[in-house]
Amino acid sequence: MIVVPMLIIIFYAFTKEGNSVINVKVTLENFGRFLSDETFTSVLLRSIKIAVITTLICILIGYPAAYCIAQLKADSQSVVVLMVTLPQLINMLVRTYAWRGILLNSGFSPEVKVYIGMVYNFLPFMILQVYTSLSKMDKNLIVAAKDLGCNEFKAFLKVVLPLSIPGVIAGITLVFLPAVSSFFIPKLLGGGSFVLVGNLIENYFVTIGDWNFGSAISLVMTVIILISMYFTRKLDYNQEER
Amino acid sequence: MKKHLSKFYLALIMLFFYAPIVYVIVFSFNDARSLTTFTGFSLRWYEKMFKSRSIMSSVYYTVIIAVIATAVSTVVGTVAAIGLSKSNKLLKEVVTQVNNLPMLNPEIVTAIGLMLFFTSLNIETGFTTLLLAHIAFCIPYVMLSVMPRLRMLDDNIAEAALDLGCTPVQALTKVIIPQIKTGIFSGALIAFTMSFDDFVISYFTTGPGINNISTYVYSSVKRINPSVNALSTIIILIITLVLIIANVVPLIKARKVKKNEEVY
Repeated sequence: MIVVPMLIIIFYAFTKEGNSVINVKVTLENFGRFLSDETFTSVLLRSIKIAVITTLICILIGYPAAYCIAQLKADSQSVVVLMVTLPQLINMLVRTYAWRGILLNSGFSPEVKVYIGMVYNFLPFMILQVYTSLSKMDKNLIVAAKDLGCNEFKAFLKVVLPLSIPGVIAGITLVFLPAVSSFFIPKLLGGGSFVLVGNLIENYFVTIGDWNFGSAISLVMTVIILISMYFTRKLDYNQEER
Repeated sequence: MKKHLSKFYLALIMLFFYAPIVYVIVFSFNDARSLTTFTGFSLRWYEKMFKSRSIMSSVYYTVIIAVIATAVSTVVGTVAAIGLSKSNKLLKEVVTQVNNLPMLNPEIVTAIGLMLFFTSLNIETGFTTLLLAHIAFCIPYVMLSVMPRLRMLDDNIAEAALDLGCTPVQALTKVIIPQIKTGIFSGALIAFTMSFDDFVISYFTTGPGINNISTYVYSSVKRINPSVNALSTIIILIITLVLIIANVVPLIKARKVKKNEEVY
């Protein structure tokens, strides 16, 4: 149930009109078409750009938030964590739909609206991941650093930050992955004209019905995601070795 | 000063998180068919919602699929996890890696994979494919929450049960399952929420006429439909209530125990 569908996507991506098994043609045409057409590659680049910037915004907003939560009293910590979790349990579609009303007459460009929607949906992942790694930290380490002559800022930079990197990495994975492949956020908030790679896949499967080409696009996307995952993981290991 | 600043920052974040939720609730009581101007209080969208056959059927399908998918995936996932814990290292390694795939893969890829899988088997998309897809993506989550519990389990306990005259089935139901109960329970909970909230996989694997709440919302946003606000409000209320009950009741109990201890 898990492996077979993946294999079918690969099969479709490398074939042409393969709907019946007899006249299957193995081809690289789908990939060629995707990579040579500028409209497709620009959509891909735009998706990556949006996902990267969303991830950065989530780190910039989420890290301080997680840090603030970790400073609170234990009782209030669990309440705030619950408050961060609660919106997540409400259907993502419903939450994105809610933003549509707020942003309808806001005058923001479609791109800004998509950023707002993405940050809104994925920021809790970052906050919770960073918070978990911060709250696991031994508080005595900070005390020790201060005893050894660090000021508050230096203690944060040399002790707290390096120890929380695994949480940030996990957060990056949880934000970047859905952001790059999301298709209903751009559709609901960006209007029809703002197309990301997820919308492209949706179009080729649902509207146009060219499954071979759609499979090729999703395969390209998966490979890009796997490569970026590999590099983020590597970053993590480098941190640990130091 | 610093403390106030951090509290202010957290308050801002909460405002960001809760503003759209409040917005939806407010506009579900709007009299006009508008998402931007509030003209007066009315319950007409709630009335419309309860009368709308498509909304009610989407709620029905969401619940029924979440319930069946949770039950099936919990049983299958638990059995698979137990079987896996007794098999050799290589198989364990391979299955664990494969099990992680749907979580690392973008949802849309899992979704089209399942869709192509069903069509290549000539299964018509509809209720069956939707249900099968939900079961398929819930199983890994159940296994993931059961497996750590199994790892903590001492192998000798099952053996002891067998030595003391249990049949293998009895050993399973009387010894192993009670020990991993919390893992099974949290797995089932995750499965239920995943299934209840799912949009991407449902969107690609469902057929004509079968909608769950998510695909219904997606299909109805082209025109302004305040009944969706009413539906959202009810969902928000139910989830909030369940969460408050689940989180506050243990808290109150803990406080009472504490107080009692202080008295003595």
